[in-house]
Amino acid sequence: MTRVLMEGSHAIAEAAIQAGCRFYAGYPITPSTEILEYMSHRLPQVGGVCMNAESELEAINMVWGAAGCGVRAMIASTGQGISLMQESFAELANAEIPCVIVNMMRGQGDYYQATRGGGHGDYRHIVLAPHTVQEAVDLVMLAFHLADRWRNPALVLGDFVLGHTSEAVEFRQRDESDLLPKTWAATGKGTRKSHNVTPLGAPQKLDLKPGDHYQAIAAKLPRLAAAESRAETGLLDDAEVAVVAFGSPARFVKFAVHACRAQGMKVGWVRPISLWPFPAETVAAAAGRVRALAVFEQNAGQMIDDVRLAVLGKVPVVPIGGISHDPSGFGVGPALAPANIIAKITEVYRGKAAA
Amino acid sequence: MSEPALKKVSAKPDLLLSTHHSLCPGCGEPLALRVILELLAELGVAERTICVCGIGCYTAFPGIIDVDVLQALHGRAPSVATGAKRVLPDRFVFTLQGDGDMVSEGLQEIIHCAARGERFTAVLLNNGVFGETGGHMTTTSVLGQRTKTTMDEGRVAEKHGYPIKIADLVALVDGSSYVARGAMHTPAAIAWTKRILGEAFRVQLEGQGFSFVEILTMCPTDWYVEPSETPDWIEQNFTGTYPLKILKSP
Amino acid sequence: MLRLGTMPRQPATVTIDIETCKGCVLCVEVCPPRVLLMSEDTNRMGYRYPLLLDGCTGCELCYKICPDYCFEVYRGPAEADA
Repeated sequence: MTRVLMEGSHAIAEAAIQAGCRFYAGYPITPSTEILEYMSHRLPQVGGVCMNAESELEAINMVWGAAGCGVRAMIASTGQGISLMQESFAELANAEIPCVIVNMMRGQGDYYQATRGGGHGDYRHIVLAPHTVQEAVDLVMLAFHLADRWRNPALVLGDFVLGHTSEAVEFRQRDESDLLPKTWAATGKGTRKSHNVTPLGAPQKLDLKPGDHYQAIAAKLPRLAAAESRAETGLLDDAEVAVVAFGSPARFVKFAVHACRAQGMKVGWVRPISLWPFPAETVAAAAGRVRALAVFEQNAGQMIDDVRLAVLGKVPVVPIGGISHDPSGFGVGPALAPANIIAKITEVYRGKAAA
Repeated sequence: MSEPALKKVSAKPDLLLSTHHSLCPGCGEPLALRVILELLAELGVAERTICVCGIGCYTAFPGIIDVDVLQALHGRAPSVATGAKRVLPDRFVFTLQGDGDMVSEGLQEIIHCAARGERFTAVLLNNGVFGETGGHMTTTSVLGQRTKTTMDEGRVAEKHGYPIKIADLVALVDGSSYVARGAMHTPAAIAWTKRILGEAFRVQLEGQGFSFVEILTMCPTDWYVEPSETPDWIEQNFTGTYPLKILKSP
Repeated sequence: MLRLGTMPRQPATVTIDIETCKGCVLCVEVCPPRVLLMSEDTNRMGYRYPLLLDGCTGCELCYKICPDYCFEVYRGPAEADA
């Protein structure tokens, strides 16, 4: 298998193409713009379509159209662009149209937006948070698979650091033989009965039963949650403190944890990979072994809510992150410095930090 | 003298699955639907048709028409149609939108699609109100028109601005190929509209670019007149601002 | 001089789905020979509906103007009286 050196944004775009994505629509917005640039050049090479749309709202609805016709489709943006698309996300879920959304965050302040959904109603996205470029490649390809399997939008949460980090990556094809053909798509009736692809009710003609339809969609979510929880843990066997972190900051946290170990502290980590469904069991299990959980995230405290819900007061849950930006505001802030993270972990380990 | 055999010469279109649509007495939108369904059958494209439907009273139609429908959100049908036609270019794709949907909520979408010369047909059902929510002013309500949000004096320019003649704007944009306006209030208008819709559909089928047809439809409920008064209402209030004509053709 | 009896007579009629009618009266207004007349009775939905008098020419205008697809139009071949 050949490995290719690629910048994170380009690797994410190429991963989509390797997964069979043949439609992309986007709007230039830092730090997602390189994905649009790459797609505009690469998609036509494989017979796909890339639209440099005139607004985020138009872009997500072009994705709606392509995906509603059964084509794998993707969009990338950053937090405020994702904000603009929220009605469409909520209704894509109601219409059961699969698609992949990539949010290249500035920092990590979009956790609530991703996991609670900024739109209306009871929908959820599948949310996957890679911490390396290779993992981003793997999770983008997984996102297309899960979106098709569950007929639900899937969101990959990247960030500025990931987008601009270059790594040698491999594109590993998944076994997708468990997926059903997209007979539900709007393709022109041909010789079959005509049907609708609609958020407003069931797909059949004449008796749309919107109430039943919304209940069926909501009933899908617990089944999805039970099946698609993902997390990674490390050095927990004898840990007294565990650090919970997601996304590329988790890479810095792992480095800091190793440094703490070298100083004799018994520290481990828990890294949620799926943010929705949140791996509550993994976090709860870690809480059963340690005397405190430290949560490192580059925002004012968002994932920590889900950690506290999983822990249910068993042990203290201590925030050790915070908003931290570089002068341009894109999230490569001083809080990421390993010395800072080591100091924060040490405070928790020595019992000197407030929960 | 033998009894002459009577042949059925008109019946509801085969592509109509039900006549029960719960729209108001005298509504012009089902008349436009009839003409569209007749044309889809006559042109032989029903099997490869994808109708992209907006949100309005006419959202009742996807459940009763025998073609695939991609239901879009309010204002967004042109973008959805763009995605569909770009990935399935051999399908026949048309949007069905009201004036509130296309010209208020979705103004930038339709202009951008026209500019890009997207190869679908956009169909506008223009009755000058947001019918489904109860008859509020839209971008196409004419000056003097009383609506739920302009009840006291009607639309006045100083407070509510001027109506936008979307067909004229679309015709101005370089990417549009065929732009025309019809209406449903008289048999002559209906016949005219069937002709221009057929031309617009043929522009798509022959790959000649973006086609657009605006159809003035009657809304007695939100115009506060009897259905039988709606033809005069259109002539007195609407066709001055929105004359029936072909604005552009390839 | 006009000789009555040699004019071709085209038999025509319409059927009307009166239970689907919403009483909008557009058909009565549009009918050129004016052979539609609104009933005094109401249908199950509470609307009055059109009744057909003699003299239908099968012009199909009622079918085209009806928003509720109530009409089916029938026409036979024209024939002259003996």
